[in-house]
Amino acid sequence: MSLEQQLENTGVVVTKLDDLMNWARLSSLWPLSFGLACCAIEMMGSMASNFDLDRFGVFPRPSPRQADVIIIAGTVTFKMAERIKRLYEQMPEPKYVISMGSCSNCGGPYWEHGYHVVKGVDRIIPVDIYVQGCPPRPEALIGGILELQKLVAKESLANI
Amino acid sequence: MAAVNSITEFGKVLIFLITGLLAVGFAFAVNKMIAPHHPNPEKNSSYECGEETTGNSWIQFNSRFYVIAIIFLLFDVEMIFVFPWATVFSDKALIAQDARWGWLAFTEMLIFIGILLLGLVYVWRKKDLDWIKPETLLPQVKTAIPIAAYQQLNQEKYIPFKNKIPVNQELKEELNPDSIVAKPKFTPRFKKA
Repeated sequence: MSLEQQLENTGVVVTKLDDLMNWARLSSLWPLSFGLACCAIEMMGSMASNFDLDRFGVFPRPSPRQADVIIIAGTVTFKMAERIKRLYEQMPEPKYVISMGSCSNCGGPYWEHGYHVVKGVDRIIPVDIYVQGCPPRPEALIGGILELQKLVAKESLANI
Repeated sequence: MAAVNSITEFGKVLIFLITGLLAVGFAFAVNKMIAPHHPNPEKNSSYECGEETTGNSWIQFNSRFYVIAIIFLLFDVEMIFVFPWATVFSDKALIAQDARWGWLAFTEMLIFIGILLLGLVYVWRKKDLDWIKPETLLPQVKTAIPIAAYQQLNQEKYIPFKNKIPVNQELKEELNPDSIVAKPKFTPRFKKA
């Protein structure tokens, strides 16, 4: 039974600390406001009023110190890879990575001849969720965030 | 209820202060216990949009910005007054009560903005809005060479290879490596046994 249902039924909630923490964390997944290419336009679209990612508690933060998620939205070049690695390092734990779009999943259209493109951002930072598409529709990104919420729900304080 | 009366109004404030301190202290303590703490040099480095930082952060601003900041503040604060005034001024119930109310509020704001504008005009006249630019001094050198000398030089047309000396044909042949027959200086001989 979810926390909301328990609250509605009895008004009293008994839960584990892990579950409480995970509930708090998955309800406010703050991404770093960080876009690389055309996928970033879709990311902005999903954060704006039409798709309104804010209803899932997703609200872009201007600093990695306040961010929980980094959405790699776009083509990762070797020049950018260094910066991405540093930004990921500067985020506090627990931190998650959503790889959005073909380019950051596997290199996308540049997989063979793109001399400047990293063939998948998972070669430099650990990725939790892959969102497919070129670029993915906002619905796909929302789906990715819902999947990440399921992932966060399984976290434990002992592992972080 | 003598016990309740024994707490003075300042006593209640004290209770609020103590409760606040305890609550904040509790939040900090829980935070310290639960939050993961894995620092490393890269994480502790300052955030500059992912770039590596260079140079000193103690940069100096030009002191002329001070005057600009003060003038900006003047009109910034003006906005704070204008917004609440606008909400009251547009209150239809108040205007319906007395038609003169609208005119009173309007003239009041005109006077207020007028005084501030007077300040702006003062600053303008005192030339505080003018950015002091450095005067450029063009160096002047007294010389006896007339300008006409340069004109003659400038009118000269460039002819390519004008000063080229034709190469002596004999010298050329001498230098040509093909014409020199190389003679072997040493011929190996084998001793007959």
